[in-house]
Amino acid sequence: MQRLLLGLVTLVVVSIIIFTAVNLLPGDFAQAILGQGATEEAIAGIREQLGLNQSPVTRYFQWLSGVLQGDLGVPLSQAMMQSFSGASTGGNVITVAEQIGPRLSNTLFLAGVSAAIAVPLSITLGVLTALYRNTAFDKAMNISTLSAISSPEFFLAYILILFLAVLNPIFPSLSNIFPGMEFSERLNKTMLPALTLTLAVTAQMMRMTRAALINLLAAPYIEMARLKGLSPMRVIVKHALPNAMAPIITVVALNLAYLVTGVVVVEVVFVYPGIGQLFVDSVKTRDIPVVQACCLIFAAVYILLNLTADILSILSNPRLRHPK
Amino acid sequence: MSQLLRIRDLKIEGRSDETWVPIINGVDLDLDRGQVLGLIGESGAGKSTIGLAAMGFVRDGIRISNGTVEFDGTDLVKASASQKRALLGKRIAYVAQSAAASFNPAHKLIDQHIEAPTQHNVQNRKDSIEDGIDLYRRLRLPDPDQIGFRYPHQVSGGQLQRAMTAMAMSCRPDLIIFDEPTTALDVTTQIEVLAAIRKIVDDFGTAAIYITHDLAVVAQMADKIKVLLKGNEVEEAETHQMLSHPKEEYTKSLWAVRGFERPAKPAVQTSATPVIRVDHVTAAYGDVKVLHDVSFDMHEGRTVAVVGESGSGKSTAARCITGLLPPLSGQILLDGARLAPSYKTRDKMQLRQVQMIYQMADTALNPRKTIGEIIGRPVQFYMGLSGTELRRRIEDLLAEIELEPSQFIDRLPSELSGGQKQRIGIARALAAEPKFIICDEVTSALDQLVAEGILKLLAKLQDELKLTYMFITHDLATVKAIADEVVVMKDGEVVEHGPKADMFTPPHHPYTDLLLSSVPEMDPDWLTNLLAERGVDNIGDAAVDKM
Amino acid sequence: MSTVFGAINAALDAVVTAIFSGLGLLVPAVYAAQPFWIRALIALAAIGVAGWMFRKIGQVLSKNRPYFRDMTFGVAYGFAFAVWALGATAHLFFIVENPFFRWAIQLLIVFAIAAFLFRLLGRGVGTTGSRKLFRGMPLTAAFGILIILIYAFVAIFAAAIAPYGQEQVLANANIVPGGNPATGGDPAYPLGTDQIGRDILSRLIFGAQNTVGIAFVTTCLAFFLGGSLGFLAATLGGWLDQLLSRIVDALMAIPALIFALLLMTIATAYAQGERTQVTLYMILIIAVIDSTRVFRLSRAVGQSIVVMDYIEAARLRGEGLGYLVFREMLPNAYAPLLAEFGLRFCFVFLTIASLSFLGVGIQPPFADWGTMVRDLSQFINFAAFAPNVAVTPLLAAGAIALLTVAVNFVVDWMLHRSSGLKE
Repeated sequence: MQRLLLGLVTLVVVSIIIFTAVNLLPGDFAQAILGQGATEEAIAGIREQLGLNQSPVTRYFQWLSGVLQGDLGVPLSQAMMQSFSGASTGGNVITVAEQIGPRLSNTLFLAGVSAAIAVPLSITLGVLTALYRNTAFDKAMNISTLSAISSPEFFLAYILILFLAVLNPIFPSLSNIFPGMEFSERLNKTMLPALTLTLAVTAQMMRMTRAALINLLAAPYIEMARLKGLSPMRVIVKHALPNAMAPIITVVALNLAYLVTGVVVVEVVFVYPGIGQLFVDSVKTRDIPVVQACCLIFAAVYILLNLTADILSILSNPRLRHPK
Repeated sequence: MSQLLRIRDLKIEGRSDETWVPIINGVDLDLDRGQVLGLIGESGAGKSTIGLAAMGFVRDGIRISNGTVEFDGTDLVKASASQKRALLGKRIAYVAQSAAASFNPAHKLIDQHIEAPTQHNVQNRKDSIEDGIDLYRRLRLPDPDQIGFRYPHQVSGGQLQRAMTAMAMSCRPDLIIFDEPTTALDVTTQIEVLAAIRKIVDDFGTAAIYITHDLAVVAQMADKIKVLLKGNEVEEAETHQMLSHPKEEYTKSLWAVRGFERPAKPAVQTSATPVIRVDHVTAAYGDVKVLHDVSFDMHEGRTVAVVGESGSGKSTAARCITGLLPPLSGQILLDGARLAPSYKTRDKMQLRQVQMIYQMADTALNPRKTIGEIIGRPVQFYMGLSGTELRRRIEDLLAEIELEPSQFIDRLPSELSGGQKQRIGIARALAAEPKFIICDEVTSALDQLVAEGILKLLAKLQDELKLTYMFITHDLATVKAIADEVVVMKDGEVVEHGPKADMFTPPHHPYTDLLLSSVPEMDPDWLTNLLAERGVDNIGDAAVDKM
Repeated sequence: MSTVFGAINAALDAVVTAIFSGLGLLVPAVYAAQPFWIRALIALAAIGVAGWMFRKIGQVLSKNRPYFRDMTFGVAYGFAFAVWALGATAHLFFIVENPFFRWAIQLLIVFAIAAFLFRLLGRGVGTTGSRKLFRGMPLTAAFGILIILIYAFVAIFAAAIAPYGQEQVLANANIVPGGNPATGGDPAYPLGTDQIGRDILSRLIFGAQNTVGIAFVTTCLAFFLGGSLGFLAATLGGWLDQLLSRIVDALMAIPALIFALLLMTIATAYAQGERTQVTLYMILIIAVIDSTRVFRLSRAVGQSIVVMDYIEAARLRGEGLGYLVFREMLPNAYAPLLAEFGLRFCFVFLTIASLSFLGVGIQPPFADWGTMVRDLSQFINFAAFAPNVAVTPLLAAGAIALLTVAVNFVVDWMLHRSSGLKE
């Protein structure tokens, strides 16, 4: 309960940070965006659209209440069009929420596919490397995962494109998915970006799982279990795993949170129509309402995952489940 | 009696920097059914390694390079993993040093208890639960019907240690390895665990290897004793024989440690101003009160031992004197003058007069500084010496603590042994030329022979420099050796206070009595007599609660 | 010569196909007709059978020695899998049409030999201390140090090494790398030129200076900021510690790259098209974002040192804050902070490369690797018929990856060393 509250507070603080960051601009950003040559009229239009006439605090609460009702505002591009063509003609205005909605579900699909491959794979590999530690297998895995962690996502992405799309056309290198697509085709087109993310995340997750398990296998109660003459399998399943749950859950959640960041670059490489690409495009065009909204969503997902990790690891701790 | 365990020419090596270094150099060991062997030695003697090797088990990074470990005809060195698994837990069991760490935190005690019998198909689940409860009752655990259904963190340390002994007994093994089972416990708890172990070993006629560094403990438990030194056997004999007539010099020196005692000093004149007066001090960490109205005096040239078990507030008293923990009420007087409650507002002269020597020399010396820098800093800081003067003073100090200056001055703490590090800690305190030194458990992390050297050094320094010591310890043998006066503390209060002679002669406060009588003595019949004296029903947690 | 290779190639191919197809060999036509994942499953099963047989044969031949007797199936499978992987590697190596894999393997071998020679050199030359260091060093760490030294050299002397300027537009655009006129190359431009005729080799070399240099400066800044505040918080504690920690917690709740992108949007608006200024803002933004992570670590390290008895002894002596931090604490925090510096550098370096790749990082007057990857990325589609061309975007991306891999190898070794030999 306390954790939930803390998560909520963090979210509010983050929204304030994002809002303040945007308002850090000197003077007012209608001017900054439109440049020196803009007409007074255009600037006034933007001001009107973005409600810049009010005080920052009022605007923050307006924005926040809008966000809570699912209203993320109007993209700057739309606002500009409106202000040029007379304020109230726009019947077919696309709001930020409408723009983000389908892209968010695309991104979640991509992250879901990556997680579905990465989580079981990395936990299996983590357990194996912990069991066969300091063998050639472990060392080879160590070197390859270190290399994977160190490489930028776009490097991994291009290597995969090179081998799996250009040289051996197994998967398409462009992920032009659209609504109403068949699931299998959609999966096929999502495969390369998902594999890239998998590579980036698996390495990290595997190493952390390995470290957590090795830490655990050195515990006296594991030695005790072995000295009871239990089979290696039972030692792992019955004695190591229940205690490894907390660290492993934390590892998984942390890396899923990392996916949120990784998704931006990968979506750009594969031209995947997700929220990450929208975010980068908006950053380039300085479409601040969209940037603000995307940023908030990314942060919310990130905080939520960290919170889940916290709560689950508390739940799996016998000391906290069975107080004295 | 037939032979149960037979170890011949056992050699064990450990990995260190890509090479194998010998840990055990050819040890033989014989054990008959129902016999208890005590393995004793200082740290690094290889006691635990031999104990585990007797189960055919070595830790990671360690290997058996030579020899045989025959358990009832099976050579455990050559046996396959599955052959060993069939024996472990069922016919050979293990009791580890720290029960709190060796019970799996995720499972209830009884579930861990029945694991060996059910997995080895000795008993079904229901029978083994009943048997477990029966064993808990025999070991006098409180509430034996229910205690097994708790998780390890819900049970106290002494009880856990007994529950682990019960767990080892679950398959009625032929052999149990006890690896320092009471080392982490307070003296009064130790008695209960010792009594429980001896009872159960006697009841079932189980053979045991009892590993410890404490001679008095092993004297109570073992039929015969083997003394180890750096991976070699020193000697082995029947317990009575070993205690009364040790053959080897090393063994004799171990025995002699307990004989060190300083001559008594004349009584303090009541009119003299004490160096330090603790005056009605009450202190707390946050909301938890740990000291209640504590008062005592410490006079020049005297050693005041502050005794008590963990949580009694003896270290907190020291923190109040140094100013690390400003008291809620009451005051500290140095030579009759009031000291500021916090060290931050005391002046340099006052800080200089009160010095401290720590329990863990490892954390007390900055690992990145040379010995010369460590000792030189207080000299520089308080006396303002530098250059050759400073160097000469450092050399003098090293000579005082009986270390060769030219050899040690440029070394790092990591290159020193435990005893040498503790001597550096003493030199650092001396460097400030203080009146009063707090010694916080300074010998409890050291082996007995080394500890004796430190005690003798402290005594010598006191005589030469008229130092006053506040000696915090839980070990009554140390009190006997060095103290002039004793303060006994329990739950943040002073229970008894007076000259040493008064403390060790009755009548005393019941808690002092319990503490004193719980200290194991070298007499092999001590535990038997004590239990008879207290009445069997008196062991267990009841003994402490009755106070 | 080529016939010999051809023969070896054919023989290996046959062996590899045999291993790869396993049971499927018995029914080749049926096997080949299966979809990819069915064939993969069959191959995995075949490896399993091979592993089982390997253990069995080992047991028989060695007369049941403990090594084979106690071998678990997992280990046996691992051996069989390793043999299969070696075979597959050899198979791919000898495919003539696909040079990328061969290039990668050759590069790996060259690096391994270079690292080995470097370590040999380190063991023979230098002070006793440095020799001892090299003696216990794994090959990966030696490789890492060698690469870092090479990068540092290139970055410092970029202007002297590079044949052309970083923004110099030459007469010939789109020259194919390799320097062979027959395939469209030019010996004057060993790595070719890009779409608008800039020499790729020169841009790579200047990229080292810009990308690595900027990342280094940023990391130093982040360390100065986060490190000093972290130590202060740990030493003083109290409300200052609480305040700083809460601020850092809030800042860390936003993913780093996202936060950086958000702030970059504002920075670019602020800079009004001044590209140098954008780069400057980027350094500041990333330094601040990263200093939060440095703060966390240095505070944790500081706290673990502050509780030590020698700090208490120094406090009771009456030492001031400066002496405590600089003389007592810092020398002990050196090892973890250095390792963290390596990791942070990698992180900053990758963040900057990603920002540049996305088009909002280091701006054009400076050549930089992230931007190069983006500009050249389209060439990758030529891989099937013009491998030389396709390699250009990978060169810049590889340059980034190589440095971070190298730093990580060194850090991994340092962490392993400082934790003692225990896991």
